[in-house]
Amino acid sequence: MGKQLLLDNIHAPGIATLGVYREFGGYKALEKALKMKPEELVDEVKKSGLRGRGGAGFPTGMKWGFLAKPEGVPRHLVCNADESEPGTFKDRYLMERKPHLLIEGMIIGSFALGARTSYIYIRGEMMYVYHILEQAIQDAYDAGLLGENIMGSGYSLDLHVHPGGGAYICGEETALIESLEGKRGNPRIKPPFPAVSGVWNRPTVVNNVETIAAVVPIVNMGGEEYAKIGVGKSTGTKLISACGHINKPGVYEIDLGLPVEEFLYSDNYCGGIRNGNKLKAVVAGGSSVPILPAELFLKTAKGEPRLMSYESLADGGFATGTMLGSGGFIVMDDTASVVKNLWNFTRFYHHESCGQCSPCREGTGWMEKVLYRILDGHGKKEDVDLLWDIQSKIDGKTICPLGDAAAWPVASAIRHFRSEFEEYIKNPGSIKDVKHYYRLHNEKEPAY
Amino acid sequence: MEKEVKFSDETLALVHKIMKRYPEGKHKSAIIPILHLAQMEFDGWLSPETMDYVASILRIQPIEVYEVASFYSMFNLKPVGKCLVEVCRTGPCWLLGAEDLVRHIEKKLNIKDGETTADGMFTLKTVECLASCGTAPMMQIGETYHENLTCDKVDQVLNEYRQKGERVTHWDKKHIKAQQ
Ligand SMILES: Cc1cc2nc3c(=O)[nH]c(=O)nc-3n(C[C@H](O)[C@H](O)[C@H](O)COP(=O)(O)O)c2cc1C
Ligand code: SF4
Ligand code: FES
Repeated sequence: MGKQLLLDNIHAPGIATLGVYREFGGYKALEKALKMKPEELVDEVKKSGLRGRGGAGFPTGMKWGFLAKPEGVPRHLVCNADESEPGTFKDRYLMERKPHLLIEGMIIGSFALGARTSYIYIRGEMMYVYHILEQAIQDAYDAGLLGENIMGSGYSLDLHVHPGGGAYICGEETALIESLEGKRGNPRIKPPFPAVSGVWNRPTVVNNVETIAAVVPIVNMGGEEYAKIGVGKSTGTKLISACGHINKPGVYEIDLGLPVEEFLYSDNYCGGIRNGNKLKAVVAGGSSVPILPAELFLKTAKGEPRLMSYESLADGGFATGTMLGSGGFIVMDDTASVVKNLWNFTRFYHHESCGQCSPCREGTGWMEKVLYRILDGHGKKEDVDLLWDIQSKIDGKTICPLGDAAAWPVASAIRHFRSEFEEYIKNPGSIKDVKHYYRLHNEKEPAY
Repeated sequence: MEKEVKFSDETLALVHKIMKRYPEGKHKSAIIPILHLAQMEFDGWLSPETMDYVASILRIQPIEVYEVASFYSMFNLKPVGKCLVEVCRTGPCWLLGAEDLVRHIEKKLNIKDGETTADGMFTLKTVECLASCGTAPMMQIGETYHENLTCDKVDQVLNEYRQKGERVTHWDKKHIKAQQ
């Protein structure tokens, strides 16, 4: 097992409470941080090489460095706890079990950025976690860790948790900001970037839960020490939420650079494919990243063993690689149908499109319908090319990356599993176990 | 007679506390949390009267509330049963049998996705990934996640809710008392 910087003591009874969290060394990093200068903290994060854990992998220290600091304008740190990317369930796990780790990270981050009021935006469906955080924040206030003059340092901070209303798009940072302002979650056109004009037009940093939590061990051990973990530009540890057809689904903290084969087959992690089945495909970083067939997943096109790192998973570009993304690791064994699963994901993106850009609003719907038609046994020979055409007209042509996120799964499924589409079209009888789930919503009219 | 739309004193105190979390003049931010509280207090859904009432509290136009309420999937713009049974239908849960689960519930309750049982006890709603894919298939009722489900387990869970017969909402009433 790798180092457990975030999940350490996660099973200790009472670790969700302030008292037990402190017994295990909690809030030591805050004590240390408050004795440093804010710029020094930003430097430590830069040195750590930490990259955003929300999906895009942008260097956190650099993002913090970009924050505009106009005189007299308040700035904000906002934690993105919207976690809605299918396959991803690490943030919920962490917040539910170690809420104080996130709160400690939020206080340190806010201090480093000079924020006086910070928010945790949590998706509304996780209402029970909202209440866990509310309680933990209250306890932190009562202990003088939040509010006026924290630990006698002279620094004051208010921290609030804010629930969403149910919308995947609110994980996109500018949609999240709109939502936090009390509006519909329509992403904003960038620039301006949130670092200059974010919530209430104030400079804002939005970071993922895991990113903010990782600041705590970084302060404790020092950025340089943290950077020694991992490989190349993939430093530190990463939470991976593994699900699908594996023996041991769950949340694992790995040292970045762990070979994917070990992650998939070792009993310390996924424990191999269920029922002794064969691996068919993996979606390695949440539903948005390209799907890879077993061979290309385990080894790069050059034949090197693939590693769980930003670079290695992306090796080969989209032709033969994928992305680390959010760490939502979805495994499919040889009983799974790539086309059916793709239909479901495409249906998801269609449902979640905010509707601002026509390529995304219309294109996701068209792709869903074409896929449904194929699965319903009425596929046409030209449908695969049609799908390819639609996705290529969404990719890169929208306001926010949800459009890309909808296009990539389609493109990669066609790239690597074209024969499965063609077989379904040529020989509808080969579509096993079709249940027409979609029909339930559209009983009278066919969906295409 | 329709009953008057007005938060209880306890809930209203919480509403005002939440509104103070945002900067001066930016209390519109509180709209989503308040809509959750409104669903808790007013039968699990947002009637036009409820939304108008929320607008009056926030001192904004009713249309601003309708706009928000209609965007987010957790807000019900039509009446729902006492128990909203929200079954995850997204990829990872689907790979592990979510569809069978939905069909089982439809048969057991004799309703389709989106419908309410004749006795007003259950509404079935399929929803998107709830960040619980490692314990798939799963469903949410009120604030509770029911995970690693089988058809038998679903029967058991639904029977428990039926026996209690109480309304459950995402923002559970028990937290109002706890916060005072
Ligand atoms: C459609 C969409 C959904 C997203 N959902 C999330 C999410 O649920 N959680 C998250 O942290 N980032 C999400 N992101 C990424 C955020 O926009 C943003 O990059 C991230 O919060 C930045 O934090 P980080 O640098 O710490 O990763 C999403 C992006 C897109 C385009
Ligand atoms: S890409 Fe899709 S989700 Fe993003 S802004 Fe455009 S329509 Fe909305
Ligand atoms: S797919 Fe059902 S919880 Fe994620």
